[in-house]
Amino acid sequence: MSALQQYIDLYNEHRADLNGHAPDALNALRPEAFAALQGAVLPKRGTEDYEATDLEAIFAPDYGVNINRVAFSADQAGTFRCDVPNLSTCLYFFNNDIFMPGRTARMNPNNPVVVESFVEAQQRHPQLLKQYLGTLADLSKPEVALNTLLAQDGLLIYIPKGVTAEKTIQVVNIFNASQPLMAMRRVLIVADEDAHVRVLACDHTQISDVQYLNSQVVEIIAKRGATVDYYDLEESTAHTSRVSSIFVDQAEGSNVLVDGITLLNGRTRNDYYVQVNGEHAETHLLGMTIASGTQHVDNHTFLSHNAPRCKSNEMFKYVINDEAVGAFAGKILVKPDCPRVEAYQGNRNICASSTAKMYTKPQLEIYTDDVKCSHGAAVGQLDEEALFYMRTRGISEAEARHLLMQAFVSDVIDGVRLEALKDRLYHLTEKRFSGTLSLCNVCGSAADCSKLDIIK
Amino acid sequence: MNNNNKDEKTLTPQQPDSEQILQSAAQEEYKYGFVTDVDTHVIPKGLNEDVVRLISRLKGEPEWLLEFRLKAYRYWLTLKMPTWGHVTLPEIDYQAISYYAAPKKKEDAPKEIDPEVKKTFDKLGIPLEEQMRLSGMAVDAVMDSVSVRTTYREKLAELGVIFCSISEAVKDYPDLVKKYLGSVVPYTDNFFAALNSAVFSDGSFVYIPKGVRCPMELSTYFRINAAETGQFERTLIVADDDAYVSYLEGCTAPMRDENQLHAAIVEIVVEDRAEVKYSTVQNWYPGDKDGRGGIYNLVTKRGLCRGDHSKLSWTQVETGSAITWKYPSCVLRGDYSTGEFYSVALTRNRQEADTGTKMIHLGKHTSSTIVSKGISAGHSQNSYRGMVKIAPKAVNSRNYTQCDSLLLTPTSGAHTFPVIEVGNDSSVVEHEATTSKINEDQIFYCNQRGISTEDAVGLIVNGYAKEVMSKLPMEFAVEAQKLLSISLEGSVG
Amino acid sequence: MLEIKDLRASVEGKEILKGINLTVNAGEVHAIMGPNGSGKSTLSAVLTGNPAFTVTGGSVVFNGKDLLALSPEDRAHEGLFLSFQYPVEIPGVSMVNFMRAAINEKRKYFGEEPLSAADFLKLMREKRSIVQLDNKLASRAVNEGFSGGEKKRNEIFQMAMLEPKLSILDETDSGLDIDALRIVAHGVNTLKTANNASIVITHYQRLLDYIKPDFVHVLYKGRIVMSAGPELALELEEKGYDWIKEMHPEL
Repeated sequence: MSALQQYIDLYNEHRADLNGHAPDALNALRPEAFAALQGAVLPKRGTEDYEATDLEAIFAPDYGVNINRVAFSADQAGTFRCDVPNLSTCLYFFNNDIFMPGRTARMNPNNPVVVESFVEAQQRHPQLLKQYLGTLADLSKPEVALNTLLAQDGLLIYIPKGVTAEKTIQVVNIFNASQPLMAMRRVLIVADEDAHVRVLACDHTQISDVQYLNSQVVEIIAKRGATVDYYDLEESTAHTSRVSSIFVDQAEGSNVLVDGITLLNGRTRNDYYVQVNGEHAETHLLGMTIASGTQHVDNHTFLSHNAPRCKSNEMFKYVINDEAVGAFAGKILVKPDCPRVEAYQGNRNICASSTAKMYTKPQLEIYTDDVKCSHGAAVGQLDEEALFYMRTRGISEAEARHLLMQAFVSDVIDGVRLEALKDRLYHLTEKRFSGTLSLCNVCGSAADCSKLDIIK
Repeated sequence: MNNNNKDEKTLTPQQPDSEQILQSAAQEEYKYGFVTDVDTHVIPKGLNEDVVRLISRLKGEPEWLLEFRLKAYRYWLTLKMPTWGHVTLPEIDYQAISYYAAPKKKEDAPKEIDPEVKKTFDKLGIPLEEQMRLSGMAVDAVMDSVSVRTTYREKLAELGVIFCSISEAVKDYPDLVKKYLGSVVPYTDNFFAALNSAVFSDGSFVYIPKGVRCPMELSTYFRINAAETGQFERTLIVADDDAYVSYLEGCTAPMRDENQLHAAIVEIVVEDRAEVKYSTVQNWYPGDKDGRGGIYNLVTKRGLCRGDHSKLSWTQVETGSAITWKYPSCVLRGDYSTGEFYSVALTRNRQEADTGTKMIHLGKHTSSTIVSKGISAGHSQNSYRGMVKIAPKAVNSRNYTQCDSLLLTPTSGAHTFPVIEVGNDSSVVEHEATTSKINEDQIFYCNQRGISTEDAVGLIVNGYAKEVMSKLPMEFAVEAQKLLSISLEGSVG
Repeated sequence: MLEIKDLRASVEGKEILKGINLTVNAGEVHAIMGPNGSGKSTLSAVLTGNPAFTVTGGSVVFNGKDLLALSPEDRAHEGLFLSFQYPVEIPGVSMVNFMRAAINEKRKYFGEEPLSAADFLKLMREKRSIVQLDNKLASRAVNEGFSGGEKKRNEIFQMAMLEPKLSILDETDSGLDIDALRIVAHGVNTLKTANNASIVITHYQRLLDYIKPDFVHVLYKGRIVMSAGPELALELEEKGYDWIKEMHPEL
């Protein structure tokens, strides 16, 4: 049986239960997702743009799906404080794929910004869900259709016209279940005209010896003049797999930054699909991967310039150590009649061990002549001369390597438009390189470490 | 460009604006589009085992080669035509093509070349006589499916260099052919390689013995003449230890409204410390300005740097063909071996080119360089596709890739599809690519100095391609430069 | 302080140093001169432990320790400093982080606590003034985008920060205009004490007008072929290196 079939069968058996727990807007998408999955196959390794990653193998294990919304260790999420110091955020927790309403530090109810679980939104803002949910997610991708078929909840973030969400909205995703589980996570961000918002999502796994699979679909709609920053930070375990698809739609004059950071994980495939549909829009697509052991990180980007006079800047950096595997495939498309587009795509990698592997495929497809597009990719090592120079100044080789690796990723971190998060990321990468990054470090609150130990 | 005209042009007060010049797509006629009126023996259209046997019989081949062809044919039947290229290749009706066409020889003088055939090559500027003027170059002239003449064979033979058509090599040097044929590009390699292996007609065979530096440039000139035929050339070059050879390839075809298929295989083996330079100036008929007719140029070219310190260098100037699909590649198996790929691809009208290279690093301390310059005009599509693979054991290897695309019209396209795989931590791979419009400041600067826009574009494009052109042997470089200018004439300058 | 005996070294199988003997005591300034390719820079690279060079024979004792047995960083901790002929640019690593790591690793080596941030910044400020290094430069990435003169001043600034016992100044005058040369020389002279020593490697006599050597050695084809007082530098300036070559036709 194909990996997909087991979940299609599951859907057939539990269709009523799924629909019973989920909002109408989500249920309305299922028939099309179901149709899309008929005869579909998950890409295997070697399929175009899947040079390093086998989705079939990632979905193959018999993961449980929490159809009946059993609350796994509901309290435990409460002990997990996730906070970036000096960054006052509104917090929203998902335990596996269940929203934890009682554990949030929510937005003031008088605030015009809407942040609600889909189930809540079904009651309060059903029209928003109906209007936007599923409008970007491409069901021809089997992994996206599968998520759509089985998802039961998610988070809606809506910023009305002209409103700036002062506080960063932080979504904390936690895996905590005693048996192998697949979580169907879903986020919908709509920034209406001239609205501004920053979202930080972070993934954690609390139990390190159980297998989990995170299936995630994120839709980001940036209307005219809107600004959206979306930071996506993964810090999970060797047994956690993640298949994430982020869809972005940009209107005229919008400015979107998407930054994907993988510090610790098992197997990860991140897809980024960006459609730039309006003039004078600006896109920043950043990524940073630090992989060691047997970590596997594959980022795939597709950025389509469908309108003239837009700018995009894409930069993905990898530091690959031990037997880890890194992969990057990116394409920038400039459609006909889109003059004055300026696009840059960069992918720089360091293979830090003789068994590390890096695959990279940076691509340009240009159909308009008056453009400035370029890309660069490099796979190499740390600069030996710089290493020696530092050692003559008394810096140990190990320390010099850390400093150079830190420097290598610094331009991606500098692209972060949130000072406190930038500092935090410097701190985290430093810890990651020195091997002292552990569970409670990512979101920072040392005070709760002891409680976490009890959970484990 | 014609420099004599320069002063005249600058006197013209009204310069056509650059946009206009850039847009008026290639009015210049294809110079080599004439047809030779020669009695040709063409076998009936269609492809089956009997046709494969017939080709083999017509060429008087030994049994083992027929077996090779049949195996390839049977394998080809199991394949589907690949569709991954960034070209709009239509379904090809392989039963509508004739797979063998040869100019008939006069019965009373079978050794003599038909004067019409000789005239053809004269007109193309290819000497079939061993003239003093071009004594630095030996030529193998291939028309349709057969080699009509190979010059300087005897002189080269004195050094032990074998240069003849592959059909003759099968008869005269069966052991060498048997040893190397299909050793770099097996018939199982891809759809077109299987097809070629089944029906290949003629091409050149080169063997440079140990320690010999081939004293002259070897060249093969391919001419398609007959209608509704395909050309399936096969070239095999072997450079033994410490040998050196520079080989050139040129090609043209008549203007016809139908598309014609050219599916070639080139195999190169480079042994210890040997060096092979392979240069191509590809000018198959590109079709007319609306994209009618033209050659489908679907080619598998690959060299194996088998020996330590061996070197293989590909240089190509691609201006012809309706569709080009070719990736001259290097398998760097020997330690310290070197692969190079220098390419200029100019597309205009409705031409589509998908070309690039593969550098497969297997040996230690191997290095490769890729320089690709794409120029797109008219409504054409021009793609670079490349792969650089560093195997885990290929420690301390290096690759540097630079591919630039120049867009001359808003309706043309330029695309870059590289793949990089690195499997160890002591190798360095760098890829840089840019895509841009021709620089208007440069055109204006030239205008201000009295150079017409048309000439300025020619200058700029030739300057842009210079890095690659400089890798061609002298005589070829001049030809290629002219070709580039002619191709741009009327269309862009 | 430093005792080099019959030092031999090669790079990529080619012998560059063919038996160097040199003794440097505290309070001394030694100049090593020689034509291009004589092995001057190789000597500084070998003394500081550049992995690109292989020591094939001889010994180097530095303050009683076997220098060649130490890692490059431990040589630095022991008080050996090289002002590079071509200082390396390290994009992304700020001067502050770089120097703080260097200072604190040295303190760790001697079992001392790391310097507090405030003390460290104070130290930076103090030492910066010696070579008139702009605060802006100090906050930028190591040598990145520095002019030739700024890079050399930055080298002397680092020397001031690390307070070495023995400094090797490798062609510190190359690429410097006269004002920058004065600033650099002033820095070096300010840092000079009775307890430290310097080796000044240079092609020209020019630098020695500003940094007065006690001894001048001529390095030629991997050997020290002549040693004398400061007057040797003047003689060399006058007669040129051909003079040396003529004296040693056997090399």
